[in-house]
Formats: sequence, C-alpha cells, structure tokens
Amino acid sequence: MINASWSPRAFVLLCTALARPRALGGLREAEWNDLVPAARSAGVLARLARLLEREGVFHELPVRVANHLAGAVRAADANQRIILWELDRVERALRDCAVRPIALKGAGYALAGLTAAEGRVFSDLDLLVPRQDLEEVERLLAAGGWRSRDLDDYDQRYYRAWMHEIPPLRHRVREVEVDIHHNLLPLTGRVALDAGLLHTSARPSASRRTLVLAPPDMVLHSAAHLFFGGEFERGLRDLSDVHLLLGEFARTEPDFWMDLVDRSMQLGLARPLLYALRFCVRLFGTPVPDEVLVSLGTRGPNALARVAMDWAVPLALLPDTSDERWMRKGLARRLLWSRSHWLRMPPGMLAYHFARKSWKRLAAPRGEQGGEPADAGIAQRIGRVNRD
Amino acid sequence: MSVLYADYPVASEGSFADFRVRLKPPRSHRRWWQPQVLFEVDGAVIFEPFPREAALPLFEWGLNWCIAKRSHQFLMLHSAVVEKDGKAILMPALPGSGKSTLCAALVNRGWRLLSDEFGLVDPGSGMLVPAPRPIPLKNQSIDVIRRFAPDATLGPSFPKTRKGTVAHMRAPADSVRRMDERATPRRIVFPRYEAEAHLSLEPLPKDLAFLRLANNSFNYQLLGADGFRTVERIVRHCEVHQLTYSDLDEAIARFDDLAR
Repeated sequence: MINASWSPRAFVLLCTALARPRALGGLREAEWNDLVPAARSAGVLARLARLLEREGVFHELPVRVANHLAGAVRAADANQRIILWELDRVERALRDCAVRPIALKGAGYALAGLTAAEGRVFSDLDLLVPRQDLEEVERLLAAGGWRSRDLDDYDQRYYRAWMHEIPPLRHRVREVEVDIHHNLLPLTGRVALDAGLLHTSARPSASRRTLVLAPPDMVLHSAAHLFFGGEFERGLRDLSDVHLLLGEFARTEPDFWMDLVDRSMQLGLARPLLYALRFCVRLFGTPVPDEVLVSLGTRGPNALARVAMDWAVPLALLPDTSDERWMRKGLARRLLWSRSHWLRMPPGMLAYHFARKSWKRLAAPRGEQGGEPADAGIAQRIGRVNRD
Repeated sequence: MSVLYADYPVASEGSFADFRVRLKPPRSHRRWWQPQVLFEVDGAVIFEPFPREAALPLFEWGLNWCIAKRSHQFLMLHSAVVEKDGKAILMPALPGSGKSTLCAALVNRGWRLLSDEFGLVDPGSGMLVPAPRPIPLKNQSIDVIRRFAPDATLGPSFPKTRKGTVAHMRAPADSVRRMDERATPRRIVFPRYEAEAHLSLEPLPKDLAFLRLANNSFNYQLLGADGFRTVERIVRHCEVHQLTYSDLDEAIARFDDLAR
C-alpha cells in the first residue's frame, strides 16, 4: 500500500477509501474534512458513496458528510441518465445500418453492469466503430442532427489523418459530446493497434445494438488511455477504474489474468498495462498475482524511465485540493503530458504541431482561452449536467 | 464580513465544513497593482477575478455557486423562504418580482428568514431546510429598505457590479440562531412589484404553479422523477397566490393574514 510518510494526508485517505471503503466507518469529522474535498476534486465522491453503500457502512457516516455524498450520487446518476439517453439517440440514428458500435469507458462499464460504473461521472459518450464504417456513421449522425465545431484545415487533418477519432460531435439541441473512435490509439503513435481484434472479441451488453469490449480489452483500454493519454487531472479516478475492473474480472472471468497478459502482448499494450498494475498495487493494494507482474516485467521500461515514472505518477495523481507540492505536481503532470505526446507522434510532426498551437494561442484574441466566465447569474447555468 | 456575519457561531477546530473556500490574491502583478481577489473552493478557482474591494459580493456569489452546484441532496428552488408561526412561504424569484426587497422587509417585521435565494426542499420529508445568509439588495431597493427599516444593518454599497449597485442586509440574529429548524411549506406566493398598483392577491391554478416552480429550480431535471414528485408534493400541499403590490406595509399585512 501507499507509503503514508511520503504523501499528503488527504491523498493517503482517498486511496485507502477507494481500496477499502469499510475502513471509513470510524473516520473522525476532521478526516472527512480532508477526504470529501479531495474525493470531489478527483471526481470520485459519488463512487465512494456507492462503494460505501455496497459495503453496508453508509449509514455509519456523520449526517452532514452523508449529505454531500448523497448530493454527488444524485448528480452522477443524472449524468449517466443523460449520457445513456444520448447513446439511445445515437442507436436510433444508426438503426438502418448494420454497424454495431462498441461503447467505451464509462458508458461501456454501465452497459456491462460493472461496479466501476456505479457513481462514475462520464464526461462524454465514447464509441468505437470499424474504420471502414466511419463514413456511413458520420453521414447518419450528421443527418440525425449531430455537428462538429467548425475546425480549420489543420485541425481537420489532425483528426482525420493522425488521430484515432473524428472531431467531437454534439447534437444541436443537447449538450453531450459524442466522440466516435475507430481505434484506441492515435494512428501516428508508436503502437499500431489492430482495432479489428477488439471488434472480433466484443461482447453483447444491456443494449440490443451496442457492444462492449471484452474484459481484458476493457482493462487495457483504460490503462492505455491513462498512460498514453497523458491527462492526469482525472488520473486517480481512471486508475481506480482499473482497480475495480481488475477486482471484478478476477472474480467473474475464468483465466482472466492469463488472458490479460496474452492480450496485452498481442495488442502491444504490455507497457501501459504494467504501469497500471504497478500503480494499482502501490496505491490501492490491488491483489495482482506476482507471476503477472513478472511476465510483464520483461516488457518493462528501462531503469531510468522506471525511476522517472515512479516519481511522476503519484505526484500527478495528487488531488488539487491542497497547495502541498503544487509545483512538483505541475511539473510531474507536464512531464507525463510531454511523454504522451512523444509517444503519440514522430518528433518532426510533434515540433510542427506545437509550433502551430503556440502560434494560434498567441494570435487568438484575449478572453478566448477558456476559464469560467464571471457569471453571477447562476440559475441559467445550473440545472444542466453537473460535471462537478 | 465581520458585520454581516457577526451572529454566526464559529466552527470548532476539527469539525466538518460543507465548503472549504478561500479569498486570495492572484499570483501575478495584480496582487499589488490594481489589486484583485480570487474565489477558491476546494483548491480550484471559480469566476474571473474581482477588484479586491469587491471581495464581499464575490464571497456571497461564490457561496451561492457552491450551494447550487453541490447540494443535489435537495430540490433547489430559486426562491426566497420566510416563516411565521410554523408556516413557511415560498416566494419564487421571477425577473422583476422584487423578491429580495419583499423578503428583506418581511424579516424586519418578525418573519424568520430561511433563505433569500434557495428554497432547499428535502425530497424525503418535503420540509424546507434553512440557509440564512445576508440578503443582497440591488439599486433602488437599498434606499427603500433603509427607509423602511432604519434599524437594519446594511453592509457597504458596491457600485458597478454585474447587477448594478449591491448592498447586503444582515440576516436577523433570531433567524441565524434557528438555522437548524426546518419548516413546512404552506403557501407559495409569486410576488410582482408594480409602481402605484393596488394590492391584489389572486389564487393561481396549481398546474401553472407547478410549471413555474419546476422551471425556476436549479436542479429539477437533475433529480429526475424525484424532482417531479417533490414539486408535485409542494404544490399539492400549498395554497398558491399571485401578489401584486407597490407598498411594502400593505404587502406585509397581507402576508401576516396568510400566516393566520
């Protein structure tokens, strides 16, 4: 388990909470004071609530703490309802074609009825379709009212030629972002993943049309997303997804660990899997069999990379609720983000991509660079999906 | 802030806080030059910076944001709530209703303030949960309340905010003391201020009240079926009125009738 002398208290508490929710029964109010904001900022407050319910200890919580958890569960439930409704609409738009999309990440966990879906907040709807069907799917969705933001030629080409997804779509009367993928990893990256294999092993789900990834593929996608994607702001939630998936599949799937290792070699994802497993063991004490780690160890990173990752990953996962180590955390996140881009594109292309992005940022008029508008009229903005 | 929050108990060390907020200077030259202030909750800054002298309105809006974004254990109506003799009245906020002015006037005449902004309904019991805080008065309302209740404590005026000039009225000490005391909703009054108008109190059809209340909620959609059930329950148990007024004393007399 995580070394308590090294990490901020809230982080240690949060990891313990996600690994062993039962241990929270006797927590003091002062500890909840650290835990609730940390869990909220990591996007796992509702998940924590569901885990506590599952363990039958929710009723032992102080009332005011339980209120916050209950509020977070309400918001997460609404979020899932909205995303799954969007999926329903997409299925309807595709009803006359033979394509069977695969729901990825959160929506996939929900359709597969997994613990990892309970209380999970989905930021968007991610679907995987075979590359040869992409054109038809796009055409049908466009006819059904989904649009992408206006993009310039470079951005279009960025998505079309290099990425593993088309530009994000949004229905004209709804808020949910729909991301249509044809692969799990960018086409320009170091690992060329055969997406056909994913479709062949996909399994039926609670939906009649939409499929879900096979259990090993689900874990591998989650691991690859975290360790190739490079965005660690929601990293702790994503790692906790892996922890929950592993725990459930180890119980329900015969030969799960062996299949997982074999599949990771076949898809070229042994490295991100090894990272995901090692950090799950380290932060959550996930019971990963030793022989799994040993057999993946031969595909592991060199000593320098390992030391760098061991330093950077736990720092990057720290919640944003405290000022502790903010500089090192920022540095670690930047390092991991750079690493992911390094893995995503060849160096020449990367240099051009950054030069272009920096130029656009300089040329953009002030105030277009995001950030929450200073809007005091809260009523209009709330009542919608709460991604908080 | 020490004036407006003088009557509130201070939390003891180690007790659970609903929101961890901080007003802090930016990490830039604006810390010193034309200084600004940021509102931070749980380590994240929300809203654009405010000029430092407007820290108080920023704090109040920030706290509203916290409640509105994070209290989905309640059905949150955008409404003032006052109570007398155990009878709570909801005053939903529609544009131009003069809700804050009327609410400030009522709590200076013996009504208890539950909230000027949030009608927090517990879906389980249907009870209203108080969240008494300073009442923000805007523009002409500031002088209206100064004249109407010379004893009320008002904070400084902040000109040129998004909503014009804002000054906050301190919540009555008794309302603050009873902040854990829930109340049963008995009446819904949709107020409308109309200069020179004669006072009128008309009953309002319940289906219309339902729609107005639901549309005016911060999280009706989010709560799904429970949102529907909770609004339905309130509307079924409450008498619903439309109040048109121009004179505060007349309006309050009519409210006192409603509490009988």
